[in-house]
Amino acid sequence: MSPSTSLRAGRAAAGLAAAASLAGAVALHAAQDRWPAPEVDRPALLYARSPAVVRRLVLGYDAVAADVYWIRALQHFGEERLSPPGHLRTYALLYPLLDLTTTLDPYFSTAYRFGSIFLGEPYPGGPGRPDLAVALLQKGLAAQPDKWQYMQDLGFVYYWHLRDYQSAAAWFQRGSELPGAPTWLRPLAAVTLAEGGHRTASRALFEQLVQSDEPWMRDSARLRLAQLDAMDTIEAWNRLSTSGIARPIPVDSSGTRFAYDPVAREITVARDSKLFPLPGQIQAPR
Amino acid sequence: MNAARCVAVAVFRESVRDRVFYNLVIFALLLVGASILIGQLTAGQDVKIIKDLGLAATSLFGLFIAIFVGINLVSKEVERRSVYPLLAKPIRRSEFIAGKYAGLLLTLLVNTAVMTIAIYAVLFFLSRGVPERIQHAWEAPAMDPALLKAIALIYLDLAVVTAVALFFSTYSSPMLSAAFTLGVYVVGQFNADLKRFDQIVDSPPAIFIAKACYYVLPDFAKFDVKLAVVHGIPVSVAYMLSTTGYAAAYVAALLFGAMVIFSRRDFK
Repeated sequence: MSPSTSLRAGRAAAGLAAAASLAGAVALHAAQDRWPAPEVDRPALLYARSPAVVRRLVLGYDAVAADVYWIRALQHFGEERLSPPGHLRTYALLYPLLDLTTTLDPYFSTAYRFGSIFLGEPYPGGPGRPDLAVALLQKGLAAQPDKWQYMQDLGFVYYWHLRDYQSAAAWFQRGSELPGAPTWLRPLAAVTLAEGGHRTASRALFEQLVQSDEPWMRDSARLRLAQLDAMDTIEAWNRLSTSGIARPIPVDSSGTRFAYDPVAREITVARDSKLFPLPGQIQAPR
Repeated sequence: MNAARCVAVAVFRESVRDRVFYNLVIFALLLVGASILIGQLTAGQDVKIIKDLGLAATSLFGLFIAIFVGINLVSKEVERRSVYPLLAKPIRRSEFIAGKYAGLLLTLLVNTAVMTIAIYAVLFFLSRGVPERIQHAWEAPAMDPALLKAIALIYLDLAVVTAVALFFSTYSSPMLSAAFTLGVYVVGQFNADLKRFDQIVDSPPAIFIAKACYYVLPDFAKFDVKLAVVHGIPVSVAYMLSTTGYAAAYVAALLFGAMVIFSRRDFK
């Protein structure tokens, strides 16, 4: 055999060996999918928690790093919210991730606004931490003091989650005084102060927010309006029930039947409903 | 000047031959891939994120070219001994340095220009069909011309990095030049911290050295207006002009320094 023929044969053998090895790896990989390793409920990790340290580590690529942390915050919220029943939802990384995002990009308005909605959302749909939602929005206001949207959102958190109608009205009023603020913000402040806690005032607030330009804000406002409708239905049904008038258990706007308590003879929103929990229905673990 | 132009053209041709522009393919794939995926991951922030990603990738890819091509500009010629016949020709050493620098700057210019076109193309396709009302709520329009300000400053940043790499390349090995250039780049990002050194240290000599480093080392953070531009925050013409002047002065200092060092080298 000539040296060149031998070289060619060697190369062909090496090529065949490479292809066979790759095929073996692919086959083993596919086989392992049929017998997967046992699933472990791993706690989510955040290696760098200090915004100051991360800011230095990213060497001027702050905006891209902020985007990465923002996507992680969305994924963390989604994973916790949609986790199986055996998993204890803690949303432990949500605020640190939002804090990192907004430190790296102090003008990331969606992170403040969307983040405050996530943080304020009552447990188990969210961490139920309106205090952190307020802290996040105030951080946003420190970066952009003339952003009326943050003041509107602060008013919303005080109104809906903390039920502090005076503070809510004060934030709506402050927001309405800024240039570019919508005209409905000032009357909303007055209505909030006069009728805070009344469903009519709440409806007025969310009927304005449902017209927002941001799709996520519209979705959130629609959910709140559906919850207000559910509260009306529950109140009407329970009133009739205590008067001894038996009626079939109704279905809420998400298509889920209300839960019936035979002892109290009252209905409430079911745990598997998209409207659960209504304000004050459940406490978050701290 | 003619000799410097010939060297510059040779550097540009060599970078084409070395397949430096292959990075444009990776860049295009990155942007197109991201534009498809990001809309499903980011709750309506796709235009902002594509701008962030496009600007960061333009800067990062350019930085790799500036450092890893820049450190070889002179040292490779010396190692290969191709500098001997070159310097035997009627070309001054200063022209050689100026030509090398201009050639890499031309490569970076073509690279940055193509990346800019790619960013605008992806932004155009992303914003197409988005209702006017939604676009109105964005902090800055998708096809914002102000992006060009950020890209111009990225180019100036790369021009300074190239000058730093070339400076080290005139007297040191490629490995050491890369380490020095990266070091200067990293320190240049934290330049503002050096100014505030007196807040954490009491020693006057240490404060003096930190202050001296603050003024002497390049402040690369000056060239970063990516965040401002993406959020529609205006970047003034005065800022652009003063930063351009700063870059020009710094590049001139480094090039003259490189020319002095290179002219003193003995190639016998």
